[in-house]
Amino acid sequence: MYRETQIINDSRKISSNGEDTGEGELVINVGPQHPATHGVLHLVITLQGETIQKVEPHLGYIHRSIEKMCESLSYRQFIYVTSRMDYLSSHINNHGCALCVEKGLQVEVPPRAQVIRVLMNELTRIASHELWWGAMAMDLGAFTPFFYAFRERETINDIMEETCGARLTMNYMVPGGVMFDIHPNFQKRVKDFIQLFRSKIDEYDDLVTGNIIFQNRTKGIGILSKEDAISYGCSGPVARGSGVHCDIRKLYPYEVYNKVEFDEILETAGDSFARYLVRVKELKQSVHIIEQLIDNIPEGDFQAKTKAVLKLPKGEFYSRIETARGEFGVYIVSEGATTPYRIKFRSPGFSNLSALDYMSRGHKIGDLMAIMGTLDLVIPDIDR
Amino acid sequence: MTNEELKQHITAALPAAVFDETGEWLNVQVEANAWKHFAQWLRNGQLNMDYLFCLTCIDWSATPTGKNLLTMVYHFTSTSARHTIVVKVKLDRSKPEIETVSDIWRTAEFHEREVFELFGVQFLHHPDLRRLILTDDFEGYPLRKDFEDPVNMIKL
Repeated sequence: MYRETQIINDSRKISSNGEDTGEGELVINVGPQHPATHGVLHLVITLQGETIQKVEPHLGYIHRSIEKMCESLSYRQFIYVTSRMDYLSSHINNHGCALCVEKGLQVEVPPRAQVIRVLMNELTRIASHELWWGAMAMDLGAFTPFFYAFRERETINDIMEETCGARLTMNYMVPGGVMFDIHPNFQKRVKDFIQLFRSKIDEYDDLVTGNIIFQNRTKGIGILSKEDAISYGCSGPVARGSGVHCDIRKLYPYEVYNKVEFDEILETAGDSFARYLVRVKELKQSVHIIEQLIDNIPEGDFQAKTKAVLKLPKGEFYSRIETARGEFGVYIVSEGATTPYRIKFRSPGFSNLSALDYMSRGHKIGDLMAIMGTLDLVIPDIDR
Repeated sequence: MTNEELKQHITAALPAAVFDETGEWLNVQVEANAWKHFAQWLRNGQLNMDYLFCLTCIDWSATPTGKNLLTMVYHFTSTSARHTIVVKVKLDRSKPEIETVSDIWRTAEFHEREVFELFGVQFLHHPDLRRLILTDDFEGYPLRKDFEDPVNMIKL
């Protein structure tokens, strides 16, 4: 028997003469093909009336076993697979893997490459948060913000396409630096975009943040306390919405993050609105970082010289990086060969999803969308 | 806390712990039967390791020395004091069993389910140990080194 069938059978209340009284719990499936899950996530929800008793995530609809795949790929090749995990921040995934390989090889990345990497990371973060912002509003019934967000995101994708040759799976980071130098138009186009985007952020606030319907639907919903956020291993805006100081860019700075000025956004309410605010405010911080760096890209090499075939020494290497969704960890166990012996990707979405059940218990089913929306789940990142 | 201070605290709590400092962080090797008690101390003792950010397993069977060895790897950090340690527990590959820590760090519940289905490690007293990613009729443990799938696996 399928487990879902079993849950449904168990939840029925059968009267003494063997009839279904209709009073028991109701079990419904959300997904795997549900528009609000933004991917193939399957939730089995147990309801009492309209109140959520339990949410059980069922994963694996796009599990590709990327960790196993990476065991037979070389240290240059495996980076490209990771673009397919969190496809909204593929730059940052690639960056995390490159950092881990560089840690093993003890390669120093040239200053020019470091600045380009940070610029690309922040552009990616803006693009990812924008998609989230549009989709979140759409989940709650507002359709227009989706088009507003995509209008600006399209510009970033164009900038990426010009420099990296791809719009989503960029594969631009390589061990030792970046694959090519930036396009001659890059700086001008980024500056144009920043100027335009500054005015648009206020428009976002007018459209959604200050909207009374939106606030009523998100305030006090899905509260996650600071202790619970830590215990569930949450990271990124989900944890920062609960007041956990967890930005890897601040705590364990990599590349030039310790030289640029930006604030780590912390909210203490821990509800859906707090998580929303963290992401919207992070947009401004990302813009601020880009503004500091875009005119100060040092001259020089964009890639350090590395051997054609990379071999990591025997040992274990771990790198942590802040993606748009939280802490992304790459754990490489090397036996001294040209391929990793074991590789583990600690994906932020997987841990954030585990808190969903706890957060949504006791809320109405309509609130589930407001909670799931602010978790910013990307399913390939969870399934891997 | 520095590694020396961490070592002192850990030795006081668990004299049998074996240390390894070759990596980025302090590695602590713990026996499987002492693990649960040590885990509770890690969370509630002076070290206050409240953030379990990575939980995984390694199958050593493709190496000459690890024919019958699985290693559980736990990465901990303390959100208040900012020190990080790695705890490793060796398991018998033919019958891997370890106590769950999902009651101490709740993120472990999902991560242990993942390790359970991909490596076949049994987590004792886990509240809900069933498959998370694979289908119910899937055979074998995909992340073990001897797993073969001639249809879906491509070797380069």
